[in-house]
Amino acid sequence: MKRKVTIDGNEAAAYVAHKTNEVIAIYPITPSSPMGEWSDQWSSEGKPNIWGTIPSVFEMQSEAGAAGTLHGALQAGALTTTFTSSQGLLLMIPNMYKIAGELTPCVMHVAARALAAQGLSIFGDHQDVMAVRQTGWALLSSNSVQEVMDFALIAQAATLESRVPFVHFFDGFRTSHEVAKVEQLDVEVMKTMLPLELIEAHRRRALTPDNPVLRGTAQNPDVYFQARETVNPYYIALPAIVQNAMDRFAALTGRQYKIYEYLGAADAERVLVLMGSGAEVAEETLEELLAAGEKVGILKVRLYRPFASELLLQALPASVKSIAVLDRTKEPGCAGEPLYGDLLTALAEGIASGKAQFKGFPKVIGGRYGLSSKEFTPAMVKAVFDELGGAASKNHFTVGIADDVTHTSLEYYPAFNTEHAETVRALFYGLGADGTVGANKNSIKIIGEDTDNYAQGYFVYDSKKSGSVTTSHLRFGPKPIRSSYLINRASFIACHQFNFLERIDMLRYADHGAVFLLNSPFGVDEVWQQLPLTVQKEIISKQIRFYVIDGYKVAKETGMGGRINTIMQTCFFAISGVLPRDEATAAIKKAIKKTYGKRGDAVVQKNWAAVDATLANLLEVEVPAEATSNFDIRPAVPAAAPEFVKNVLAPMILGNGDQLPVSAMPVDGTYPIGTAQWEKRNIALEIPAWDESLCIQCGKCVLVCPHAVIRAKVYASDKLMGAPETFKSAEAKWKNFPGQRYTLQVAPEDCTGCALCIEACPSKSKTESKRKAINMVSQLPLREPEAKNWEFFLSLPETDRTALNLGQVKDVQLLEPLFEFSGACSGCGETPYVKLLTQLSGDRSVIANATGCSSIYGGNLPTTPYTVNKDGRGIAWSNSLFEDNAEFGLGMRLAMDKHKETASELLVKLASTLPEALAKGLLFANQSTEAGIRDQRARVAELKKLLAGKESFEARTLLSMADSLVKKSVWILGGDGWAYDIGYGGLDHVLSSGRNVNILVLDTEVYSNTGGQMSKSTPRGAVAKFAAAGKPRAKKDLALMAMHYGAVYVARVAMGSNDGHTLKAFQEAEAYDGPSLIIAYSHCIAHGYELVHGLDQQKLAVQSGHWPLFRYNPALAADGKTPFVLDSKAPTVPLENYIYNETRYTMLRQSNPAVAAELLLEAQHDVDQRWHTYEHLAHQSNANFATALQSAACGEKAEGTVNHG
Amino acid sequence: MVDLSTSYAGLTLKNPLVVSASPLCQELSNLRRMEDAGAAAIVLHSLFEEQILIESNELDKYLSNLADVSGEATSYYPDLEKLKIGPDAYLEYIRQAKATVGIPVFGSLNGVSEGGWVRYAKLMEEAGADGVELNIYFLPTDGEEDSATVEARYVELVRAVKAQLKIPLTVKIGPYFTSLVHFAKRLDEAGTDALVIFNRFYQPDFDLSTREVVPGLQLSTSYELTLRLHWAAILSGRIKSDIGITGGVHSPADVIKSMMAGGRVAMTTSALIESGVGVLRSMLSGVEGWMEKERYQSVRQMQGSMSQQNVANPAAYNRANYMKVLSSYSVRDLAMQGTK
Repeated sequence: MKRKVTIDGNEAAAYVAHKTNEVIAIYPITPSSPMGEWSDQWSSEGKPNIWGTIPSVFEMQSEAGAAGTLHGALQAGALTTTFTSSQGLLLMIPNMYKIAGELTPCVMHVAARALAAQGLSIFGDHQDVMAVRQTGWALLSSNSVQEVMDFALIAQAATLESRVPFVHFFDGFRTSHEVAKVEQLDVEVMKTMLPLELIEAHRRRALTPDNPVLRGTAQNPDVYFQARETVNPYYIALPAIVQNAMDRFAALTGRQYKIYEYLGAADAERVLVLMGSGAEVAEETLEELLAAGEKVGILKVRLYRPFASELLLQALPASVKSIAVLDRTKEPGCAGEPLYGDLLTALAEGIASGKAQFKGFPKVIGGRYGLSSKEFTPAMVKAVFDELGGAASKNHFTVGIADDVTHTSLEYYPAFNTEHAETVRALFYGLGADGTVGANKNSIKIIGEDTDNYAQGYFVYDSKKSGSVTTSHLRFGPKPIRSSYLINRASFIACHQFNFLERIDMLRYADHGAVFLLNSPFGVDEVWQQLPLTVQKEIISKQIRFYVIDGYKVAKETGMGGRINTIMQTCFFAISGVLPRDEATAAIKKAIKKTYGKRGDAVVQKNWAAVDATLANLLEVEVPAEATSNFDIRPAVPAAAPEFVKNVLAPMILGNGDQLPVSAMPVDGTYPIGTAQWEKRNIALEIPAWDESLCIQCGKCVLVCPHAVIRAKVYASDKLMGAPETFKSAEAKWKNFPGQRYTLQVAPEDCTGCALCIEACPSKSKTESKRKAINMVSQLPLREPEAKNWEFFLSLPETDRTALNLGQVKDVQLLEPLFEFSGACSGCGETPYVKLLTQLSGDRSVIANATGCSSIYGGNLPTTPYTVNKDGRGIAWSNSLFEDNAEFGLGMRLAMDKHKETASELLVKLASTLPEALAKGLLFANQSTEAGIRDQRARVAELKKLLAGKESFEARTLLSMADSLVKKSVWILGGDGWAYDIGYGGLDHVLSSGRNVNILVLDTEVYSNTGGQMSKSTPRGAVAKFAAAGKPRAKKDLALMAMHYGAVYVARVAMGSNDGHTLKAFQEAEAYDGPSLIIAYSHCIAHGYELVHGLDQQKLAVQSGHWPLFRYNPALAADGKTPFVLDSKAPTVPLENYIYNETRYTMLRQSNPAVAAELLLEAQHDVDQRWHTYEHLAHQSNANFATALQSAACGEKAEGTVNHG
Repeated sequence: MVDLSTSYAGLTLKNPLVVSASPLCQELSNLRRMEDAGAAAIVLHSLFEEQILIESNELDKYLSNLADVSGEATSYYPDLEKLKIGPDAYLEYIRQAKATVGIPVFGSLNGVSEGGWVRYAKLMEEAGADGVELNIYFLPTDGEEDSATVEARYVELVRAVKAQLKIPLTVKIGPYFTSLVHFAKRLDEAGTDALVIFNRFYQPDFDLSTREVVPGLQLSTSYELTLRLHWAAILSGRIKSDIGITGGVHSPADVIKSMMAGGRVAMTTSALIESGVGVLRSMLSGVEGWMEKERYQSVRQMQGSMSQQNVANPAAYNRANYMKVLSSYSVRDLAMQGTK
């Protein structure tokens, strides 16, 4: 019996890769990370490969590192693989040339993804694999999840036989993340496909001192060329080898593939050529067109490199008159995209040589589609066929977008539909954390594995991490499903969050007669009036059957808390009728047991209880004949928003970004800032409310707010004129602001409800200890009045910066943040630091941002959080790459310094033409204070006035650089994945540069953005992806390493433990004229606890000695003082009291208590040892410090020092 | 040579000194040291049903809530197949404990639901425990629930568990019952083999700097023994169950008093935490020395010798005892009359 499994593309690839390799080098990158994660998990669970040994899985510091390791392991004779995508593949290119040049069998699995150009994209296309087509690796394309599993094996067989390495690729997300029912390959099939003698041959070529050879010579003009040509026979032989492997595979499994597979009419005149998941869409469309009697066909290209021209031409019917070649990539300035160019070359050669079977030279056009997972639908396929049929076919076209600039796009008619009538199409709208996607993954598994239906699941996520919307697209039915595109005509729509209705017009996707399931706090009798008018109209006009359930009520009653997944899943089965109710219930319960059983019986029981309680609460609503609602779906942005926001960003917010034409897009990826303020997301159920009678105006709440939604101002009392009725104020408790008012204001529609502010508030009621100066209250009643108050608050003048003491939190709360309302997780531990940075120096800073969480919440469209002050100054922000951020920031510094130097030189030259005081003032300005900077800005403004209109080269040049005379800061931001791992080489170099840059490492001790993979910052004993068995090694001490340069300011801070210390470190880093490194403890959802306790965990991290606070300031040494100041006390809390509040640690105790206990002991030792070292350093005189530091690095204690242990 | 042996819940123990449930019992090496130092039996640390529930639910919560929120991070942890959630680790520990020491080992169960009590108690038996101690730790804070309902809940739990067990069942309770003797009799009827008095309830404390309630954990002192002695003396002879005394046993004298009040065993933890496992040895030799000096032949001789039924002055256990302190002999006489 062939085993059917319902899995996604990544799991399919990883399954074969893990079964057929010995060494696996991994590094996370979306969307390929799950392949590495599966491999690591399976190995940690002791799952063997087909030869009975457990593959060795090793995480590297970058894809470049993974490629190097891959190369090494291959050279040493191991069957080795790796997984990657996008930029990661680009980083592997140098080694790929080597591996291919040395004819080394290997299969690398690539979830193909867009490349970062004008913007980064995590989504799928072929730009990355097209960038390696010249490396000598074979490129084999899988079009579906089944093909991913099959081709992973076929590639493995072909590489061993041919010695040519393979990139096996499939479309990122569309295939890597699509869940489909596939036949799992049997171990015996794998063994048969991979004969031992080929593996032995690979091993015989290994580098070994027992049979030594030399590989990798330096070759000169005399022989390199000839040597390069030696490999030709291997590439000539390869297509036949691959086809042969496919044929052998067919004999074993019954699934026959062709390297170039033609489908369609034998006498087709129009043929479409393409590869990847788009080919499945084309096949679905083809069936429809053939049924209509059209003479059309498609050619699926599976083996793209080597490109077997003759075989490809042979696959085409002789009758073909016109061919359209579709490339899922973009090469600006090319003669045509690669597949198009290759086909054209093949045709030209074939026809010129007389070998081709065509009567004349067919018309050939090429086009681009589907970049960054842009939808590719049957309507678009049809548009291409239609274009081929026309007299004057557009070449170098695009399809799927509206190009109103260079007019490349083909028109298509979205209504064209090829989906089989018997295929059920269901759409589910859920909230990230409500379990909708998980439930749907379970549902599609049930349908796939418990019924005879074909099944497909695809899941679309929000780009924001708080309050994120997920959409699940489920198809199932008796016919094979090739619809690799989103559902746009659904027979079932479920809305799992009632408040989505006022934001998303989801019923526009409903088919006539569809079913609509709504999770509603309102019952059957009252729900209708709570629906927006548009929704009511759609229900009536489409004759939709409407069901409601109060999922949250059932969840609460059955112990499910806020998880409605199981409840809504049960409703879906009950209404859809895919299985008889009893069978469905049994199947859901079985799936629950399977999914959650390992987490304990309690979890299973409560889910089962939820299943049982659901049906009684599921009710059909009698739909009235008329739509009578007095409200409608809210506009995406207010009318007051700028034009760009209204015209470009608002459609994106509404999910209509696909309709934006090319002309709407900035040409170079430059976007206005300050746009997050226009997207009012209203995601918090509760928001903080201020009790001015209890408030001591300390500003701690303002400081810790991750989203800058709680702010304070001090202002003259007369400014309260015209304040809204409910606007609150209190007498300002500042000595230097006598008689002024103080207001603490919340932005009600931007708050995410994390409640960190409440945790930070130190002021408690004397009579009711639970009541603080701010308290969480229900958002809805406050939404309108507080929105008005917020508007009024913004209109109040900002406090004069020069009147504030920026060394104290109480004053810093009054500084305007230039980073607000980001899409970071609710309660994020990173963003308070970023916000603080912008408060202190935001109006004169540029940020170089490493790729990661901070670049996503910092720069993900549609709306972005960095903003400007009333003078129009604010953060200029850019993200280069993951690996090069330190260098990127250094480049900015060099440019600014150079411009300042040039401007200063020109000032000297032009001094005689300028007022003397101005020139001197500009050249010798003291800009160490806010007042100094303000004065210099005034001088620069005056200078610009004087220079305006002058025509001399010097004057014009100075005018263009005048602003560089005002102090500018360069901040280099990133997470620990960047700073400790992939970017460490560059970071190290920049630290050594002596240049004045400020580096902020937002240390979450894990790769947060890509889903929790281990970094070198991950502490010993923590479970992470790639460290499923608990990280066995200690966290790297980046701070200590940086101190060794002696000229780098280094601080380790934790705002939740000591906010004053954090502030001091930021001030000192800014003031230090050289590289500064601040390592900031950032609590993170990947730590596994409610982030409302983030500040407490930060305290415990410090109290336990895990995170000692210190500052190392070389400027102190210059004054003869000890440069290292240890700012936290000796550990007072055992490490376990800190770590066992977090799932990342407790998980190990639950999976392997013995190892957990051992690692805890070692981790406690790490902490003790580090404290000992730091304390020792803190007691050194300046003269002894360098020696002591050296000894610390060697693990010794300097002689002649006092033991303070 | 004096005879230190005693019988408790149907088991014969070599002496009356039993180590009660504490974190010390979580180390196999400690168990061995306890046996070497003379412990007659060990009650293992408690298996907390709520903790199992919390662990399961918390793990599920963080695995589930973090899953499928972002396209880049569809999860944050490896979803491991082999997790030791639930009682498995505890049951394994019982097996190891039995393999490590020769003295009887009791499993201790602190639970909240009838299902949990019965199921886990049965599993402990299957794992090889010589007895199960139910640590009934229920704080009645619901103003709508009357005392009869609360007591009935205890009784039903004991009955349900006893019905499933072949090994002895001991029940550890707190002192706060309206009619303790009556209640103890009901537990008797429900199948209790021994009644362990008394549980020391969690005592929350206040942190004045943060004005928050914080867990308070204080070791017991000999002073606390008096409450146990008082009730053991009252219960002794009135109920069928054996009596175990726990809470405040720190010295040889404490053991002796416990026996005289009617206890079959004296259980100790705090003394071990304070002074080390070796304290068991000195307690035993102290008991032995005292018995020799006072010419006691066996522990059984002294058990219950000072129970309310066996003392010359039963009123000493009544309210009159309190009055005596305050007033005079005349009051004692009055009280004597009252008891006769």
